[in-house]
Amino acid sequence: MTVSARMRVLAAMSGGVDSAVAAARAVAAGHDVTGVHLALARDPASHRTGARGCCTKEDARDARRAADVLGIPFYVWDLAERFHDDVIDDFVAEYAAGRTPNPCLRCNEKIKFTAVLDRALALGFDAVVTGHHARLSVADGVPTLRRSVDEAKDQSYVLAVLTREQLAHSMFPLGDSTKTQVRAEAAARGLAVAEKPDSHDICFIADGDTAGFLRRELGSRPGSVVDSVTGDVLGEHDGAYAYTVGQRRGLRLGRPAADGRPRYVLDIQPVSGTVTVGPAEALDADLVDAGRPVWTDGVARDGELRCAVQVRAHGGRVPAVVTATPDGVVARLETPVRGVAAGQALVLYDGDRVLGSATITATRPVPAAGPLAEVTA
Amino acid sequence: MTYLDHAATTPMLPEAVEAFTAALGEVGNPSSLHASGRRARRVVEEARERIAAALGARPSEIVFTAGGTEADNLAIKGLFWARRGADPRRTRILAGAAEHHAVLDAAHWLAVHERAEVTLLDVDAVGRVRPETLAAALADQADQAALVTVMWANNEVGTVQPIAELAAVAAEHGVPFHTDAVQAVGQLPVDFAASGVDALTVTGHKLGGPLGVGALLLGRDLRLTPLLHGGGQERDVRSGTLDAPGIVAFAVAVEAAVKSRSERTAALAELRDDLIRRVVELVPDAVLNGDPVDRLPGNAHFSFPGCEGDALLMLLDARGIECSTGSACSAGVAQPSHVLLAMGADEERARGSLRFSLGHTSTAADVDELIGALGPVVERARRAGEGWRS
Repeated sequence: MTVSARMRVLAAMSGGVDSAVAAARAVAAGHDVTGVHLALARDPASHRTGARGCCTKEDARDARRAADVLGIPFYVWDLAERFHDDVIDDFVAEYAAGRTPNPCLRCNEKIKFTAVLDRALALGFDAVVTGHHARLSVADGVPTLRRSVDEAKDQSYVLAVLTREQLAHSMFPLGDSTKTQVRAEAAARGLAVAEKPDSHDICFIADGDTAGFLRRELGSRPGSVVDSVTGDVLGEHDGAYAYTVGQRRGLRLGRPAADGRPRYVLDIQPVSGTVTVGPAEALDADLVDAGRPVWTDGVARDGELRCAVQVRAHGGRVPAVVTATPDGVVARLETPVRGVAAGQALVLYDGDRVLGSATITATRPVPAAGPLAEVTA
Repeated sequence: MTYLDHAATTPMLPEAVEAFTAALGEVGNPSSLHASGRRARRVVEEARERIAAALGARPSEIVFTAGGTEADNLAIKGLFWARRGADPRRTRILAGAAEHHAVLDAAHWLAVHERAEVTLLDVDAVGRVRPETLAAALADQADQAALVTVMWANNEVGTVQPIAELAAVAAEHGVPFHTDAVQAVGQLPVDFAASGVDALTVTGHKLGGPLGVGALLLGRDLRLTPLLHGGGQERDVRSGTLDAPGIVAFAVAVEAAVKSRSERTAALAELRDDLIRRVVELVPDAVLNGDPVDRLPGNAHFSFPGCEGDALLMLLDARGIECSTGSACSAGVAQPSHVLLAMGADEERARGSLRFSLGHTSTAADVDELIGALGPVVERARRAGEGWRS
């Protein structure tokens, strides 16, 4: 990372290895760095073992110890209330509406790069530095966001929701490094978190049981599982929120489909609770509608552009022709993508550069799929 | 560095450091029967006598503990169990609403696990428990009362309680009275016998002694159920090998703090008054919390409207000025102060508060530093706002 001027930066330190090394790099680059750990759980007393998340006392201690080693001031900011309202409640409401939210993306959008960034700027900081794996450069206030050099760890997808203003006050010092390099650097710097396991879970669902969490939050909402081809009721469920478009396992079907082939969730109707299942190819969509577009460089597109799109956090990019309007975008995919879920982000790339993102509202399958042509999310 | 957090902990007095380090080199368990043990025991007993003399207690009334929190827990739980054991109707704990968590959480724990009933005694707008509040509470609950506990002076807002009057009300009803005096000893005249209290918590590190040593002063005729069982030290009330070096240094500090109190605190109060005057001059809408007159001599506690206390703290910290938002939990997450809430403050005023506490090393230059930095800090914190949490 090259640095033109010494800045006052706030390092968001989760207690993990990435944010610790990101803070270390900001220090090494000559910035005036202050560490904060965001307390996101309402009960910070929870002391989980085994599972890894962002909210435990142990993580707060790890973050504090990293700050000690770096010789920077360290504070804990209590964002539990806001996290609950903006991320957890949103997560539950989205599932209740039959969509599939990405809470990490929402946390970036609402917590890290809104609540924390706004407060940091007001308190006199110039930027917020995080351990996200993505490359970011800012020239004349215009950010360029690129995929990490570590393709497996790339997090540009969950950052593509950020606006030009947010990115212009952000620093992601890890984008040029692989995770292996980050761990090695942590060890070399004497950071105890060097070998700490990666977090994979949703941090506020400690046991990883998302369906169980939603059942506690939303209660029992029985409905039917219906075959898309025959219209037969294949089984009953006690909550459509336990299903995700594209899901194959755990459908709890009372009987196998007539053709004996595996069934996948195609559609979820939140009001009736009807979950439609069907063959794999019915999941194929080549038209994706998405709203609330955010353009990384702040320049709203209007008209057609050729780019590559990604429709889920861990998925490949496919070439597409995107038609943009101020209200949303429609992506016509060159090759159909299987299991696109409403609520996820549609992220547009030019090569490895992020152009922008929008929230998927509906998908339209390949017309040849017959009766499925009417299935929209 | 400008240290304005003496109420959290204050630097050790040089004479206490000297006594401490000298004692660290000596071997001997005060409970051992041989010469080294007797020597260590003698040192502890002399320390006990010095503390007793400085605080108006008898040597046998000093129960050494590992600090204020342990002494508070011992008093609350020990008295509760002993009093209920003697009469099963006595299940009620009467505690000031603005007590330290070492008292409130001990009482709360007893409520959850031992079916204690807790009456929180209202405090007025400056944080004081009025004697008539206690009298009214005891009027119809005296036969169920296990104990009363009200702190001598509040650790956050500095308000001094009418301890002798409160103790007299409790005595009228025959209910034991405990007071947490960790902020008071060395700052206010504290005489255990004259005050009429039955149990009193004191700790070393608030008055120039080491961390991790304190005492519960406990009237001789008071029965108390121990929390720690073992070797039967300290009247069988608090087992555990006595920390001879800590106790010696504690005694030296208590003696020195009490001896210098009158002169030192007069100067301290003057410095504190100067700080208050200049803060209010600089930030006219700053609100001084606590009793304006009857307060700890080193305490200045404000609410800054439109600011978050933790933002102020962080901005001052960056400028080398160290203070406190009040009480912080172990995770370091700032909670709105229960003390201010008990005083009738709204959550905004409770969150926007900051405590500056002066002590024996404070100088006029410390106040100058604070005043020099505070203006822009408040302005900035105000810009950052208070609504960012929701």
